[in-house]
Amino acid sequence: MIRTEELLLNVGPQHPSTHGVFRIVVKIDGEVITEATPVMGYLHRGTEKLAENLNYTQIIPYTDRMDYVSAMTNNYVICHAVETAMQLEVPERAEFLRLIVMELQRIASHLVWWGTYLLDIGAMSPFLFAFKDREKIIDFFNEISGARLTYNYMRVGGVKWDAPEGWLDRVREFIPYMRKQLDVYATLVSGNEIFMSRIKGIGQYDAQTAIKYGLSGANLRCAGVKWDLRKDQPYSLYERFDFDVAVGTNGDCYDRYLVRVEEMHQSLRILEQALEQIPAEGEIMGKVPRVIRPPEGEVYVRIESPRGEIGCHLISKGKAEPYRLKFRRPSFVNLQILPKLLVGETMTNMVTILGSIDIVVGEVDA
Amino acid sequence: MSEDNVKPEDQQASMTTHTEAAPATDTPATAEDPDKAAKVKTAEEARAARAAARAAKAAEEAGGEDAPPKEPSPNQPKLDRLVAIIREHIGEGTVQEAFINERDRHLPVIVVDKAHWSEVAKLLRDHTELKLHYLRNVTGVDYETYLEVDYFLINLSEKQDYCVKVRTDREEAQMPSATPIWPAANWNEREIYDLLGVTFTDHPDMTRIMMPDDWVGHPLRKDYESIDPEV
Repeated sequence: MIRTEELLLNVGPQHPSTHGVFRIVVKIDGEVITEATPVMGYLHRGTEKLAENLNYTQIIPYTDRMDYVSAMTNNYVICHAVETAMQLEVPERAEFLRLIVMELQRIASHLVWWGTYLLDIGAMSPFLFAFKDREKIIDFFNEISGARLTYNYMRVGGVKWDAPEGWLDRVREFIPYMRKQLDVYATLVSGNEIFMSRIKGIGQYDAQTAIKYGLSGANLRCAGVKWDLRKDQPYSLYERFDFDVAVGTNGDCYDRYLVRVEEMHQSLRILEQALEQIPAEGEIMGKVPRVIRPPEGEVYVRIESPRGEIGCHLISKGKAEPYRLKFRRPSFVNLQILPKLLVGETMTNMVTILGSIDIVVGEVDA
Repeated sequence: MSEDNVKPEDQQASMTTHTEAAPATDTPATAEDPDKAAKVKTAEEARAARAAARAAKAAEEAGGEDAPPKEPSPNQPKLDRLVAIIREHIGEGTVQEAFINERDRHLPVIVVDKAHWSEVAKLLRDHTELKLHYLRNVTGVDYETYLEVDYFLINLSEKQDYCVKVRTDREEAQMPSATPIWPAANWNEREIYDLLGVTFTDHPDMTRIMMPDDWVGHPLRKDYESIDPEV
């Protein structure tokens, strides 16, 4: 019998498969992981502390930099928190524009995940496909907000800019194109035998475990828990649209993959309806006081970001700056299950499992 | 107004431009020096705007106080039931406060005595009527006279949210951990320990998570001063 020595291996903070500066210390016995300890904080910028000295409009760009792959949803959550606290009305066109950019963002974010996930596993070309199509969405954002990644697009009470001329039509044309592309992706990857054998049955957990660990988003739904805040605790205008919640059954990497791919299809459905219903013209900013001072009190709002439940707990003392602002970051909470999933897996599967959780380190560390 | 509204961040501008709350006609045109007159006018306007904001706030608060007797919150029975369950199983003095946060979609909130927090947490999770299996968020707050940790819980099948607050002393900030009940609390509590200095007893790994291990102080405390002014 071959006796192997236990080895302490340090993965990261600079490692391509950790998608940022995230470090994980693994104890391995041969190829098998016996213990895994995530180490984080390399990207901690103290967003919550900084926010205590900023007014609400100044905080919005900081949220862009938390989950930089999905900045639009982060913009929304802070604006939504202030609007809830102040009971502000957002004009319909503004709310539609927000919803459209958020759903586009969900597709863009899932495309980044899809491309890099396959890259992690060892397939190069899907990455190129995904980034080519994501670029189209980024161009839309560039047109409407002037930035490719950190948009700073939303404001308390509305949005900063109206859609430029022809923008909505271009987004409308993009939908059938993207549908076709998703089918191309499916033929390229989804049924591939090597791919299936790499991710099927790997990193599996049941619904109970997922709930216990507070997982959200695709990580929760892959285990068969039908929980999507857009449906179950609706915000924005989601109640008006007809769409399905993608749910898995096995709770493994493959189901997380399927759930995210299906979510892109559903986002396209929502976009189609939203573009149909958006008022042709109207205000894009509601009636907002010049100095935004939410009344004394607190609110906790939560929305469905591409990575799960992103929440914002706002405690105000009636000043222009928040007394305390806490962001519930889905990547941070979802990542807690990682050490449990890794025990007993091989080193190659570590990359597969970490990738399937879909973290953005800017959000883990905030 | 609507055009100005597009840029709410322009606070500097808001101090010098005309505002709705303070029409220019209110200003007494007494000063001969146009510069001084302008300054007086600006100050007057700013004062009027502040007064208007205060009045609006007072009116709003008065409205908030009026509302409950008119119409009790739809979640009031849920809150009452929650308090009754805890009283019945754990004891009279366990729930220190119970109220509805109307602004936050009528969220039922309770404040629990930290000495009983472990038992209460277990009850909230296991009681057949509550089944609060999902811990969605944990926030730590420094209220200057005490520290508070807020647990946001939900029953996924009934979609009912609750918020449970546990308060602790600032000097000896310590309370039982919820991690044995909800593993989701693990890193959240570590973050609160790191940034606010609350020690959670029975926590499996009470170490810093964001800041370096040799960091001095807890940055989110209101009286925090960095040991190194350069940082």
